[in-house]
Amino acid sequence: MYAILVVVVVFLAASVNWTKVHDNFWAPGLGGNWHDLILTGLKNTVIYTAIAFGLGLVLALALALLKLSPVAPYRWIATVYIEIFRGLPALVTILLMAFAVPIAFGWHVPGGTVGAGLLGLVLVAGAYMAETLRAGLQAVPKGQAEAARSLGMGPVATMAHVIIPQAFRVIIPPLTNEFVLLIKDTSLLSIVGATAGQRELTNVARDFLTSGPTAGTGTSLTQVAILYLVISLPLTRLVAWLEKRQQRAR
Amino acid sequence: MSAVTVEATSAAIHVSALHKYFGENEVLKGIDFQVDAGQVVCVIGPSGSGKSTLLRCVNRLEEPTSGQILVEGIDITDPETDLDKVRARIGMVFQQFNLFPHMTVLQNLCIAQRTAKRRSKAEAVEVARANLAKVGLAEKESAYPAHLSGGQQQRVAIARALSMDPDMMLFDEPTSALDPELVGDVLAIMKQLAAEGMTMMVVTHEMGFAREVGDKLVFMDGGVIVEEGDPREVLADPKHDRTKAFLSKVL
Ligand SMILES: Nc1ncnc2c1ncn2[C@@H]1O[C@H](COP(=O)(O)OP(=O)(O)OP(=O)(O)O)[C@@H](O)[C@H]1O
Ligand SMILES: [Mg+2]
Repeated sequence: MYAILVVVVVFLAASVNWTKVHDNFWAPGLGGNWHDLILTGLKNTVIYTAIAFGLGLVLALALALLKLSPVAPYRWIATVYIEIFRGLPALVTILLMAFAVPIAFGWHVPGGTVGAGLLGLVLVAGAYMAETLRAGLQAVPKGQAEAARSLGMGPVATMAHVIIPQAFRVIIPPLTNEFVLLIKDTSLLSIVGATAGQRELTNVARDFLTSGPTAGTGTSLTQVAILYLVISLPLTRLVAWLEKRQQRAR
Repeated sequence: MSAVTVEATSAAIHVSALHKYFGENEVLKGIDFQVDAGQVVCVIGPSGSGKSTLLRCVNRLEEPTSGQILVEGIDITDPETDLDKVRARIGMVFQQFNLFPHMTVLQNLCIAQRTAKRRSKAEAVEVARANLAKVGLAEKESAYPAHLSGGQQQRVAIARALSMDPDMMLFDEPTSALDPELVGDVLAIMKQLAAEGMTMMVVTHEMGFAREVGDKLVFMDGGVIVEEGDPREVLADPKHDRTKAFLSKVL
């Protein structure tokens, strides 16, 4: 098996025109303010991911609680929301928020189109994480809530001190996974217009495809791709490790 | 308050005409009974007869379909009643212990004191330690439930309920999930509680406990109370055929 793999890799490597690859994807002399811009891009990617994840999580918790509510209309609202935002491509939601909503409602999200796009990302992240949270909350045995309620703890205290902390143990691996997906999804924000200081990694790289000393080569994209991997690979390894540890704990 | 309330204030628990359906299935078919303050009432009966459901109705973990339940004169089926307040006065011990696995023993005993009784941390810890000592587990306060034996977990669960200073305790087969050699420790604590005058309602298969500690024995079958009376008399000389048949199987 491995022998075949090695042969294929060697064959591919031999058939590639390495000079051309080097010129196109690893051109020297990005120079200028490339370094500053890529750092800004990196910083923005991290900030956007954190915002989408944090607000998405709050939204998701609200949706999960609605979905587990004994009141049927609450469950319907949550279900409709989740189905809609999981059914739409994230890119479409981002574009809708950035361009359709301001026209339809005459309302502008703070932060310009990037702010609006980010809101779109929050809405999508909330829908995905809601299902994860719901599953986690339901995985806590019923006896736990019964014990808390029988002690006189109210519904809020029971959720906050007994159910949610236990649910989060189950939820952390899938939630980390969601985080990795979000890092990558922030690249979708490059579709909407952004000021220089607002650009995230993909947007910065795209600029350098057509401007600066490496214009016309793919160098900026290659470097950004490596940066994405440097961030996301350790996290996916972390997820794998967490899942393994959890299975052992059972 | 209504006349029935005044009339029943001497009873710790007063149940009248209690019916409970799960969907189409009528599980409790008109239950009337009472537990006086300081009394130990044991409930026995075959599996599925509705013992747990009855117990769980008393602190409204199950919602009665109809009927009235007064706890110290307070109608807990009344939607106006503050259930959390009433529940804090009714300790409950489950067959499966239901300790909070993410908290240490001490935290298990403190969390409801802090959130429901709004006790200060120092006071909660003091009460918790006193109750842990009472069940003989003072040295286990920083352990997590998973590191305790079943018997120890159940004793912690009893200490947790006691830490709310309840007026009465409900036990749902507290020793059924335990290895036989651990049953005695838990029963000993329950005996001690009874001797201290705690009002107790105990669903159990431990006939020895019922005979020795119980003030009243209730035999349930098919969602009704078939027979009740002094435990020694009922166990020695059951009046009803269904009671006889059941006791001949378990004794
Ligand atoms: N949440 C529920 N939903 C539907 N049916 C239920 C529910 N809880 C209990 N039942 C049914 O009610 C009946 C009485 O159950 P209950 O648990 O009160 O019996 P029990 O006397 O405690 O039995 P055991 O000795 O096995 O604990 C059973 O037929 C059971 O299947
Ligand atoms: Mg039962």
